[in-house]
Amino acid sequence: MQTSLKLTVAAAVLLSLGACASKPKPVAEETAPVEVVDTTPAPTETVEETVVAPTGPLAGSLDDFRVNVGERVYYDLDGYRLDTDDQEILKRQAAWLASYPKVRILVAGNCDERGTREYNLALGERRASVVKDYLVSLGVDPSRIDTISYGKERPIAAGSDEQSWALNRNGFTQIVSGSTS
Amino acid sequence: MKRILMALATAFLFATSFALPSAAQLQVRVTDGNFTPTPLAIPDFQISGANAELAKQISDVVRADLTSTGLFEMQNPASFIQKDLSLDVQPRFADWKIINTDGLVVGQYEELPDGKIAVSFRLWDVYAGEVMRINGQPGRRLTTTPDNWRRIAHKIADSIYTRLTGEDPYFDTRIVYIAETGPKLERVKRLAIMDSDGANQQYLTPGRNTVLTPRFSPSAQEITYMSYEGGKPRVYLFNIETGRQELLGNFPGMTFAPRFSRDGQSVLLTQAQRGNSDIYIMNLRTRESRRLTDHPAIDTSPSMSPDGDAIVFTSDRGGSPQLYIMNADGSPRTCPSGGRDAACRITFGKGSYSTPVWSPRGDLVAFTKQSGGKFYIGVIGVDGKGERLLTEAYLDEGPDWSPNGRVIVYFRESRPGAGPQLWSVDLSGRNEQRLKTQTDASDPAWSPLLQ
Repeated sequence: MQTSLKLTVAAAVLLSLGACASKPKPVAEETAPVEVVDTTPAPTETVEETVVAPTGPLAGSLDDFRVNVGERVYYDLDGYRLDTDDQEILKRQAAWLASYPKVRILVAGNCDERGTREYNLALGERRASVVKDYLVSLGVDPSRIDTISYGKERPIAAGSDEQSWALNRNGFTQIVSGSTS
Repeated sequence: MKRILMALATAFLFATSFALPSAAQLQVRVTDGNFTPTPLAIPDFQISGANAELAKQISDVVRADLTSTGLFEMQNPASFIQKDLSLDVQPRFADWKIINTDGLVVGQYEELPDGKIAVSFRLWDVYAGEVMRINGQPGRRLTTTPDNWRRIAHKIADSIYTRLTGEDPYFDTRIVYIAETGPKLERVKRLAIMDSDGANQQYLTPGRNTVLTPRFSPSAQEITYMSYEGGKPRVYLFNIETGRQELLGNFPGMTFAPRFSRDGQSVLLTQAQRGNSDIYIMNLRTRESRRLTDHPAIDTSPSMSPDGDAIVFTSDRGGSPQLYIMNADGSPRTCPSGGRDAACRITFGKGSYSTPVWSPRGDLVAFTKQSGGKFYIGVIGVDGKGERLLTEAYLDEGPDWSPNGRVIVYFRESRPGAGPQLWSVDLSGRNEQRLKTQTDASDPAWSPLLQ
């Protein structure tokens, strides 16, 4: 209590000094932050029966494809073969494309930065083509699939390390039209 | 540099003959292993007229060009004893010998009544005590409009360089490249052009589409390059004077890796179809194209020999990217190994090789080599012998030759994550230096000598 009294006195002195120096300033009205107490009752545990809404993206949408099917396959260094993981993704892509026959896709072949530009353009084309060929082998009409190579021009990971390079060596299936929005 | 005292040779010179480079006393050898730059003095050009600043700027560019070669060392003006130089009076050689100057350039700047400017100069061999003739003449006078003053400077530097080294000139040239801006995942790439010394940088495309790998035509008026215009990667022609861009050919697949033939009548390029890349040549007049390779492997990055008879290219037909040479007419080629084949492999070192560019002199191919996590710029003989690596970095890529075949320009990422920048290196591997650009820069290509 002693301390707080001293502080109070000191504050009073300061205030009076200030008062001498200039006109008394209007006292600003301060509203102390009041803790708002929620007085509404906590929700009671009622049991309601509703139709179970679909979780996640709408079937046939871009998000559906991205989340539930998978839009990228990943290649080994300098490689363009599809391993079993890649084949599983492409099988899901083919099945999905069979369900949504109006969808058209663009398959992009991408490379990491550890190659020269022109060779990587050729390698990216080869990677895109391998994806297209595999989808066609699973029954997708080739006229629904375009390919493009971005070489090392479209990285998705900005790092310059093994992990980023592995991510950047990919075949990217992009839906261009025909999906439900 | 070696000053070659050839008193005997000089004594046999006919007084009236043109001085030949081989008879010069002051001669800079560009290929010496142990080497010190030749001291040159180039005082600011003298003025008869008003624009002292421009006269100094022209002198500065001449000095900078010659210094950039690594072959010459500019003497400090503070050491100059003779201040009363005149274009028409022989300099006091003793004053220049005592400061160890081998060569002295005396220039004079004039403003002409028609608004043009003129620069006259002479090159003096200080130790021989005589003027060095250039194209048989005891000096040169160059005239142009004031806004074109840099080209006068480059031409003077070219004259001096050529007279002292015996090499063809290369300063009065331009470099086209890709200017890069923006974050790595959203890179904006524009076609850009500048003088060989980095002056007069200009952007030629707005950056809406990614553009790559520009290359000059032998006339220096056209560029061929690859653009993603309209979402399709294809080869285009760009006219520098008109700014007009034109799609080259009507290929069904992606076209890329273009390069003019040596006569400028055709463009070599790669077309990829169903995943396979092969090399084609398109005649620019008839617009007819011919397929040059037909192989399930990747064949790309063609570059023609100066005589037009052969083409060096990258192929992974052997399992990894390597350099191969084929005859331009498609006939089987006799390989260095002795056999005959559609194409002869010329690289056998560890690692992979790509981006071959045939030298203007015809004897060497410059390349990018990738080995052990590093990239290198190197050269190799057309016969696959004498591989030499000139540079090494985290990424060094995409060499191109100066028109005289002495200097190689390329781009470098000095460390992981660093943006690309333009660099040049002498064919000897000496004198690596950065070419300053306003933005990050890649894919440089050197123009022929301007007309």
